[in-house]
Amino acid sequence: MLSRTADHLFWMARYTERAENTARMLDVNVQTALLPQSAEAAEQGWRAMLGISELLSEFDHKYGLLTPKDVLDFMVRDPDNPSSIVSCLTQARENARAVRGTLTTEVWETQNATYLDLQSKLRNGWLENDPSQFFEWVKYRSHLSRGVTIGTMLKDEAFYFIRLGTFLERADNTARILDVKFHGTQSTTETDAHPEEEAQRDFYYWAAILRSVSAFEIYRKVYRDVITPERVAELLMLRGDMPRSLLACLEEVVNNLQHVHNDVSSDTERFAGRLHAELKFGNIQEILKAGLHDYLTQFLERVYELGNRVSRDFLVPLAA
Amino acid sequence: MPNFFDEMYADEASVRTHYRRFQDWLSTQPPEVIDRKRTEADFIFRRVGITFAVYGNDAGTERLIPFDIIPRIIPAKEWAQLEAGLVQRVKALNMFIHDIYHDQNIVKAGVVPAEQIFRNAQYRPEMQGISVVSDIYAHIAGVDIVRAGEGEFYVLEDNLRVPSGVSYMLEDRKMMMRLFPELFAHYKIAPVAHYPDMLLDNLRSVAPVGVSDPTVVVMTPGMYNSAYFEHAFLAQQMGVELVEGKDLFVDDNAVYMRTTRGPKRIDVIYRRIDDDFLDPLAFRPDSSLGVPGLLSVYRAGRVTLANAIGTGVADDKSIYPYVPNMIKFYLSEDPILNNVPTYQCRKQEDLQYTLDNLPELVVKEVHGAGGYGMLVGPASTKAEIEAFRQRLLAKPDGYIAQPTLALSACPTYVDAGIAPRHIDLRPFVLSGKTVSMVKGGLTRVALNEGSLVVNSSQGGGTKDTWVLER
Repeated sequence: MLSRTADHLFWMARYTERAENTARMLDVNVQTALLPQSAEAAEQGWRAMLGISELLSEFDHKYGLLTPKDVLDFMVRDPDNPSSIVSCLTQARENARAVRGTLTTEVWETQNATYLDLQSKLRNGWLENDPSQFFEWVKYRSHLSRGVTIGTMLKDEAFYFIRLGTFLERADNTARILDVKFHGTQSTTETDAHPEEEAQRDFYYWAAILRSVSAFEIYRKVYRDVITPERVAELLMLRGDMPRSLLACLEEVVNNLQHVHNDVSSDTERFAGRLHAELKFGNIQEILKAGLHDYLTQFLERVYELGNRVSRDFLVPLAA
Repeated sequence: MPNFFDEMYADEASVRTHYRRFQDWLSTQPPEVIDRKRTEADFIFRRVGITFAVYGNDAGTERLIPFDIIPRIIPAKEWAQLEAGLVQRVKALNMFIHDIYHDQNIVKAGVVPAEQIFRNAQYRPEMQGISVVSDIYAHIAGVDIVRAGEGEFYVLEDNLRVPSGVSYMLEDRKMMMRLFPELFAHYKIAPVAHYPDMLLDNLRSVAPVGVSDPTVVVMTPGMYNSAYFEHAFLAQQMGVELVEGKDLFVDDNAVYMRTTRGPKRIDVIYRRIDDDFLDPLAFRPDSSLGVPGLLSVYRAGRVTLANAIGTGVADDKSIYPYVPNMIKFYLSEDPILNNVPTYQCRKQEDLQYTLDNLPELVVKEVHGAGGYGMLVGPASTKAEIEAFRQRLLAKPDGYIAQPTLALSACPTYVDAGIAPRHIDLRPFVLSGKTVSMVKGGLTRVALNEGSLVVNSSQGGGTKDTWVLER
């Protein structure tokens, strides 16, 4: 297929997935804000979220003082923020429009309808009236988009590039969500909370992380035990049967890469294969001992590199 | 009675035979049901993204072309006459283009003046002496037809470059079948949905000599082009790649597209981009839409362009008056479809007549398109007429004039209810090894009362066109 077409499909999927993950993160924060907590803790939560998205300085620059309303505006409807839900869904739709002939009618209409409905929902105050319901809607549109892709598209290159985009983006997003704790604690002023309170706060924190990736119930099913940070990290990184885990994402990346293999892509496949193998044979104790934040930082760099390699090998190759 | 032909009503009291069943059906439809269906149509068109992009300040804005639910119905007998006339006309036009890029017999015979051709901005000297497959130049022609009276059809314009609108023909039909399936049980309506198949077949039939399994692509200027929906639609319906200039390159005297598995050779390009932008090495050097070197491959006969380069020489308004004579010259037949009587302002006598009768005439720019740059005398103010007079005097070569035809009208839903609005018809004629078409076309409707301008860029709408099978 045309390299440009593959590029549009890849980014259509990435932006759709990114919108979903942004909605997931925002929803967790909205939910957490309902729990009793200090104003500082609440602000810290919002700042951590902006931090993992690498948007903290843009936000401060544009809005100054942090209010939850401004964060929501910035992350949902601000067209100047390329990661806002509006920006992502607009980009997803523009990419789909550029290659609408390659998509099934159902896939295109799903993208187009999401974009059109988003405008009217925001106009009608959905975000303000019931943010959780709004985020739920964003998530379901993303589910629908993936479902209609799997349900209607021929399993050809177009399909594989869409899937590649989805899982590369998800790997990045899950790693960022896991790393939020680091960003949160970094800016913490010294607290003299009781260890008990801290333990309780930790429970809600990790539970929220699990919920944000729809893994709360899965955790219970897998571990049948109390929530500990180690297990959360293990579940979201090393469990291949957990659909949003790093390992699951990399497994899909490797598989889809194999399907689109060309004359110059072996190095990229090897690069992805190594990353996959590290997770597959990884051990959570070792990772934690070496430092979770360092591991995730390095992981994000490698996912970024992988994205660049995919672009170079398939999406904008030189002539002849 | 108004002084135009009404497609549906013979007079105030009676409906034409072929509209009777429709009228019976319409009279039983509660107004709120019709309203709901019309809203539904808008909603579906928007959701499906059947839009056209608007040029200007709001680049990238998309607009819906208004769709009207009252069909334009053409009886079988009338269509047979139209079809015969279209085949004849498009055949002659293709022969004309071939002739002027080769022996120029028609010029030597004195039928068309040489300066009309060689001083025409659309004439491409690069095409002189070049052979194209099957001698076909206008593979896809959109011929605009209006009706003045019973059985009285006039050709208004031949579009031989990149005619648009076929996607609306197909989508309007789909919409009518979706909204009013019961209507289709009452009538035997010729289907149109196989058009993309016919187009693909046609394009494959004109592949370069020796290519047995040609790779066909549709070439678009990109998603901000006003007809982008149509480009994407046709590529999808034919199952071929939709490419832009930047996806293509020329190497070793062949055209390739950049794919995820490396370069792939292509054989037939259905290009929806004007000559000027095709090849920056040959035409406009500032064009980023084209493919450097494309012309050289084309001239070597190693890729087919549909339509061919240089077809514009036959479709502008300065050549139009000669088409009936072309038909006689090449086919030794009498033209089946009429031309509208046309005054060529480059001729002193015709100019004088035009200047004397401006309030009654329609004056058009020879190279104009999209309903821009024209004067509709009866609908213009004195000041507008005087302003146009000055333009005409400054550049008489640039204009033709025609009597204001009493274009037929078709009942149409407007704000005030159902009222007659003027319409035209654009059937799409395919030329390859044979000349063929689906029975139907795009009916465009001028939504403003009394207006004769049907172009979508001027606020026109569309209707489904039903050609009856018997």
